[in-house]
Amino acid sequence: MSAEPRKPPMISVQDLWKSFGDNQVLTGINLDIEEGSTCVILGGSGSGKTVLMKHMIGLLKPDRGKVIVDGEDVVPMDDRQLEIVRRKFGMVFQGAALFDSMTVYENVSFALREHSTLSEEEIRAKVREKLGIVGLSNIEERYPAELSGGMRKRVGLARAIVLDPKIVLYDEPTTGLDPITTDYVDDMILTAKSELEVTQVVISHDIASSFKVADKVAFLFKGKIVAEGPSKELRHNPHPELQHFLQMWFGKGG
Amino acid sequence: MTTSDLESNQKRNPLVGLVEGVGNGVLGVFQTVGGLVTLAVQVVVWAVRPPYRLQNLFAQFDFVGVGSIVLVSLTGTFSGMVFATQSWSAFELFGAESLVGPTVALTVTRELAPVFSALMVTMRACSAMCTELGTMRVTEQVDALETMAVNPVQYLLVPRVLAGLCMVPLLTMIFDTAGLFGGFFVAVPLKGLSVGTFVLRTQNLLAPADIWEGLSKGAVFGFTVTLIACYRGYNAHGGAKGVGQATTRAMVDAAVAVFIEDYFMGLLFHG
Repeated sequence: MSAEPRKPPMISVQDLWKSFGDNQVLTGINLDIEEGSTCVILGGSGSGKTVLMKHMIGLLKPDRGKVIVDGEDVVPMDDRQLEIVRRKFGMVFQGAALFDSMTVYENVSFALREHSTLSEEEIRAKVREKLGIVGLSNIEERYPAELSGGMRKRVGLARAIVLDPKIVLYDEPTTGLDPITTDYVDDMILTAKSELEVTQVVISHDIASSFKVADKVAFLFKGKIVAEGPSKELRHNPHPELQHFLQMWFGKGG
Repeated sequence: MTTSDLESNQKRNPLVGLVEGVGNGVLGVFQTVGGLVTLAVQVVVWAVRPPYRLQNLFAQFDFVGVGSIVLVSLTGTFSGMVFATQSWSAFELFGAESLVGPTVALTVTRELAPVFSALMVTMRACSAMCTELGTMRVTEQVDALETMAVNPVQYLLVPRVLAGLCMVPLLTMIFDTAGLFGGFFVAVPLKGLSVGTFVLRTQNLLAPADIWEGLSKGAVFGFTVTLIACYRGYNAHGGAKGVGQATTRAMVDAAVAVFIEDYFMGLLFHG
């Protein structure tokens, strides 16, 4: 195993700086995410998590720095090049962001219709397969409004993985969910990892859930990654801000 | 020290507040106009670039155009009737009742039809458009489109603005027909003017250029009102309240824009 040459990371963020007006949001981020791993970017609100994720997918341009995705720097890319890179990503939004005027089937098949020339039968088979992976069946004709929060998240994941992306991004997947649904969503992220072998990036402030799903946790504080490592190691990292943040959960949980 | 003194002095002076308020208002107008022009350019650029999603386009044609036919026919008929009744009572004073037909025809085709059709579309379709786009924005559905490598301007805005551009002139034609029918109904069966006089006088005084004027106004108004609705909805933020505010602003802006454009287009045709 040690003899294997080290693979380049799937996502590599190098010295990333971003400000909005006078507000410095990211101040020199460095982060490598290995292929096939699940990395949680943990941080309080206003720490710059979402801004960092938007840079990964090219929705924002940094003041300086590089974001290398699958070997290509996305920072200097134009819209057309970005569209191609974005097909490597699937994204699961905080509120699922399903198109509410479309059925579950239309939602999941949307990207296939836009970016492939598959026949209707092939599309149907693919949609069934992806819904199967996330553990859903017989809901294809339902509208998002008729689904529970957890189910919506799962449909959101099925929609995100329909084009077989290399990377799946989750934006605050457990925020605002009850404990049972949170568990359900955590299981979904773990299943996606084992079944799809994709690289996953999770943006979260939910400590318990982060430690459950992550191979690696990176703690973001005031625009900098102040601590990173496997969850077990991170728990003992002496950084005061991290300890203060962890205390909020583990202190409460006893 | 000097800066804070200056700031507190400014707060005490109502004139500074007034100038500041006016300045902010003017800046806001320029910002909106700038945003609209930028969006208009984006819409035009994305409209000519493939892929062409005809199904979305026809769905919007149906929503903006077909869905407004009854409303426009009704308002057209009654506008024609009101105008004929009012002008009849005025023309009656000096025995010029025969001019009721052309008066109604000219007013309806040049002014009332495009303005009212655009306002009806604003009220009926643009409000729904703005709310739908605003909701999509605040629930991240617009971001979802973007991350799926689908351009939201092309997917959402192009069909809506094209529907406004193409359907409002068609609705203007329907309004023209309904308005003339309304005028005819009041002047001929109700007031007793002869059919021949009404038709002949109208034919003599109404030129194809008048109808073209109305239709071109309709196209410009249709483009503008849908663009404003899309702009406000697309840039909505702040949850349900933000969407509500965006819709209110879209309605106000669109209605005002129609009247301002109407004046300047009037100058263009007759100035």
